[in-house]
Amino acid sequence: MADKVEGAAQAAESAPGMPQLDFSTFPNQIFWLVVTLIVLYLVLSRVALPRIATVLSERHGAIQRDLDKAEEMKRSAIEAENTYNKALADARAKANDIVNEAKAEIQKDLDKAIAKADLEIAAKAAESEKAISAIKDSAVQSVEEVANITANNIVDAILPEAADTKKIKVAVATRLKG
Amino acid sequence: MAKEEAGNGLVFHPMDQFEIKTLFGDGPVHWYSFTNATLWMGLTVLAVFALLVLGTSRRAMVPNRVQSIGELAYGFIYRMIEDVAGKDGVKYFPHIMTLFMFIVFSNFLGLLPMAFTTTSHIAVTGVLAMGVFLSVTILGFVKHGFSFFGLFWISSAPLILRPILALIEIISYFVRPLSHSIRLAGNMMAGHAVIKVFAAFAAVLAISPFAIIAITAIYALEVLVAFIQAYVFAILTCVYLKDALHPNH
Repeated sequence: MADKVEGAAQAAESAPGMPQLDFSTFPNQIFWLVVTLIVLYLVLSRVALPRIATVLSERHGAIQRDLDKAEEMKRSAIEAENTYNKALADARAKANDIVNEAKAEIQKDLDKAIAKADLEIAAKAAESEKAISAIKDSAVQSVEEVANITANNIVDAILPEAADTKKIKVAVATRLKG
Repeated sequence: MAKEEAGNGLVFHPMDQFEIKTLFGDGPVHWYSFTNATLWMGLTVLAVFALLVLGTSRRAMVPNRVQSIGELAYGFIYRMIEDVAGKDGVKYFPHIMTLFMFIVFSNFLGLLPMAFTTTSHIAVTGVLAMGVFLSVTILGFVKHGFSFFGLFWISSAPLILRPILALIEIISYFVRPLSHSIRLAGNMMAGHAVIKVFAAFAAVLAISPFAIIAITAIYALEVLVAFIQAYVFAILTCVYLKDALHPNH
């Protein structure tokens, strides 16, 4: 090491032990370092860093905007879905109303028709009853006649002298009533 | 440092790569001479310019690769300052970004074959570290005046211990620029010197495969170190900045 330092002192060309400790180069290095740092600082603080900061904040803003937009779209989609569901429910209710109305109308018509039919049936039934009672009355009359004739004939056959038409008639009538 | 092995004429010049030479003419190195250090500092500026200015010139919403790396570096340093020095440290973001970008690109460019590593010189890292030390100290006194000494007077410690702790704190405070600069220059110098030593061994046929594998492995390590040292330098700067902004622990 000692002879190296000596060598460095002797000749400029010969390498010193450590070029880092060759103080004759210090002013040069320090001067150029200061120049370099000033240039770098100016480039970074004036151009590069503000630009990168702008780019980063713009990107951040764009992402935020896109997220907001997506949120809004989602909200409007939900709204549209609600509107659709509401419209669907309304349509269902309306359809139900129409069905009920139609049902009521049909019921009304049906009731009317049934009432008319009932009336007709009642009329026909009354007529039939009348006819039946007439037939019954005539049948009863016939029975009385036949009974009188038969009773007269029987009395004539058994006791011709006792034959009294009027008495027989009364007796038959009494019997028929009983 | 150069030594010769008898027989095969094996010559080690691991430190030659750190020599400062004028690039135009053979004269002595004046303070204004255009040296290899000047060239590589200039290339560092160009590289930073290419990454952070040209790379972001499209201002793309969806970044390409170069812009992504630029934005990554921006976010990396920005978050580091925010985490370490706090919200009010963000004001000094351009300064710390300048330091970090300069060191990281010097380190990486220095790893190119035949390149010169500006950050392997104490003169460079010393100026960086002293710059940080002085500005942080001045900032501390401007912001807090006399109460900046609270940094050394640890009020949470028992009263008897406080003078001793204050002494330790003051010593460690003034050692900061030294460790700050030597850590970076030492790491850079050592890695490059070791690669150069193995490169000399690679000329010997018998051990050249081993030497080449070793160079590859150390080179990979140096790539890691190049980034880590720049990161360490920047984060320590943030720590010192935090001390200046909030001296009362």
